Amino acid sequence: MIVQMTENRHPLDDEVVRFDAVMRHYTVGNEIVRALDGISFSIRRGAYCAIMGPSGSGKSTMLNILGCLDRPSSGAYWLNGKNVAEMDDNALSDHRLRNLGFVFQSFHLIPQLTVSENIEVPMFYLGLPHAERRRKAEMLADRVGISHRLRHLPSELSGGQRQRVAVARALANDPAVLLADEPTGNLDSATSIQIMGLFQELYEQGKTVVLVTHEPDIAAYAKANIVLKDGRVLSITGKEGVM
Amino acid sequence: MNQILHFWPFIKLGLTDVWRHKARSFLTMLGVVFGVGSVIAMLAVGEGASQQALDSIKRLGSENIMVTSVKPSSEDGASTGAQRGRLAVYGLLYDDEVRIRETVPGVVVTVPARMTRRNARVNERQLEMRVVETVPEWFDVVQRPVLAGRVLTANDMRMRSNVCVLTEYGVRRLLAAEGILGQHIRIASGVFEVAGIVKNETGGAVRAPDSEADAYIPLTTGTRLFGEANIRYSAGGMEGEKVELSEIIVKMADTKKVEAGSKAIEAVLTRFHKKKDFRIDVPLTLLREAERTKRTYNIVLGAIAGISLLVGGIGIMNIMLASVTERTKEIGIRRAIGARRSRIVIQFLINTCVLSIGGGIVGLLLGVAIPFLITVFTDMPTVVQPYSLILAFGISVGIGIIFGLYPAMRAAELDPIEALRHE
Ligand SMILES: Nc1ncnc2c1ncn2[C@@H]1O[C@H](COP(=O)(O)OP(=O)(O)O)[C@@H](O)[C@H]1O
Ligand SMILES: [Mg+2]
Repeated sequence: MIVQMTENRHPLDDEVVRFDAVMRHYTVGNEIVRALDGISFSIRRGAYCAIMGPSGSGKSTMLNILGCLDRPSSGAYWLNGKNVAEMDDNALSDHRLRNLGFVFQSFHLIPQLTVSENIEVPMFYLGLPHAERRRKAEMLADRVGISHRLRHLPSELSGGQRQRVAVARALANDPAVLLADEPTGNLDSATSIQIMGLFQELYEQGKTVVLVTHEPDIAAYAKANIVLKDGRVLSITGKEGVM
Repeated sequence: MNQILHFWPFIKLGLTDVWRHKARSFLTMLGVVFGVGSVIAMLAVGEGASQQALDSIKRLGSENIMVTSVKPSSEDGASTGAQRGRLAVYGLLYDDEVRIRETVPGVVVTVPARMTRRNARVNERQLEMRVVETVPEWFDVVQRPVLAGRVLTANDMRMRSNVCVLTEYGVRRLLAAEGILGQHIRIASGVFEVAGIVKNETGGAVRAPDSEADAYIPLTTGTRLFGEANIRYSAGGMEGEKVELSEIIVKMADTKKVEAGSKAIEAVLTRFHKKKDFRIDVPLTLLREAERTKRTYNIVLGAIAGISLLVGGIGIMNIMLASVTERTKEIGIRRAIGARRSRIVIQFLINTCVLSIGGGIVGLLLGVAIPFLITVFTDMPTVVQPYSLILAFGISVGIGIIFGLYPAMRAAELDPIEALRHE
């Protein structure tokens, strides 16, 4: 069922995202870096997909486009059946706020805010009242095992602890789609297993999970794998919900 | 109400932002504080000074013309031959008063006065007073509230009585709290009974005729007791001057006649004075000049005020630009999480509003406190006008917002992915 798409067709109803010959080029000096060089695939609702590939193969670039932080240089990115190129900045912002949870490779916590406040940021923009934000932040912190550090600043945490905060924040808006860039890159194996268990749980709840990793044993948790190399799709395996 | 509730979390966010960057916020606010404070204080001092000047000119009376004796410069004096030994003879004459009264059209009354400085004493208490030898009409022309007793009368003039009217200030210095009216004080060689007390007017850019410790005595009494010569003895010998009248106040029928009157007086006096030993002041022209000066003053102050507020605004912009640059990553994170551009703008705008409003309020307090302290410690009059508070506050907040808007917009325009890459 996993087919690398070559022809344009109308997106299916349960396709969360679809890439049609997406390219992303960077111009560095007078050299053009083809971070993504014509990528096509689609992910169905409820899929659990790992993006693999060596360093520099374009994984982060792809995830950024998936997360509506970046736009393709060419090609089309269909999001819930809508072409992202036709969506304005506010629509994309709202989409990120309501539907996406993003775990960044380098966490991206706000240094002036405490752990609890960092987790509350998405809920703040969603307009949740203070007490509810608090309560939910505590609940999420508990879920990722960081509840003993709620009043600490990110600078007072270890890399693994920051990673947990980043995961908790990504879940704060109850996203339909979770995007994670090397979410276990800074974790010891025990904690990695804990976080992957959490992702598994989310998958079982019907959320769409896309994670970037270069570790095969982490990718093994996912039901489908997309392997990138030099900005192209090398292979798609697993096939569950990914085409 | 809904709108306010909607914005409240953002206001809180702005406030906590300000609190998190305490030192920077404080420094930014300082610019606004001093901008607003100095504007208000400057305007208050300027207004106080010009009002005082205007008041003291108005007190001179706009229908009045003041003719004053002036000691001519020595070259002029020598050529007249009017100096005998060290006795300088110059100034207005009794006849001048009569000539002005008789020949200048529109004159209502003329008030001659001779002013000298003489020692007054009561028991051991001693004070150098300005002795104003004048006529009862003085008190019609230079109107002052009578605090006790009476002013000089025609009878005093006729009888050449040894009575005096003191200014409040002189009384305080000389008599303290003892029963005042009817007391006898010694002025130079004469003993005078205190007949009345009039209020003082203090200070002023243009000296009012009774701005000090004055003793008013009948001109006739003065002539009888002291004569026209005022001689002082010092280590170098005798030094003195003979001036018949130090001043003639000419009151005209109305302000329209003042200008022509002063020209006529000038003509009359010039005919009888070989040297220029008098000066003619017209309070009305002084008033017009003072009003013109005040306008210029206000323009200059306004410009300075505007510049200092502008500096405060640029300070805000500078700090906000630095803040935006420093917080680019944070902006990227917030945008990546899903904050719309407008929310980033609001966050930074609230930040600048808090700074400029907070600074503005402290500046208001400072602007009111400084003139108050100036008045307390220097006796300089200051007038804080309500409009200056509104003006300074409004402009500072406005400038804060305008200058804060640009950095805020710049912050929001950043592409989220670009902002996130920023270190
Ligand atoms: N902002 C950028 N400017 C220029 N080149 C970039 C930029 N971001 C990524 N690249 C390049 O694009 C390629 C893919 O990068 P990336 O997506 O980060 O790879 P991965 O996450 O798989 O390690 C790399 O060669 C990288 O150097
Ligand atoms: Mg990467």
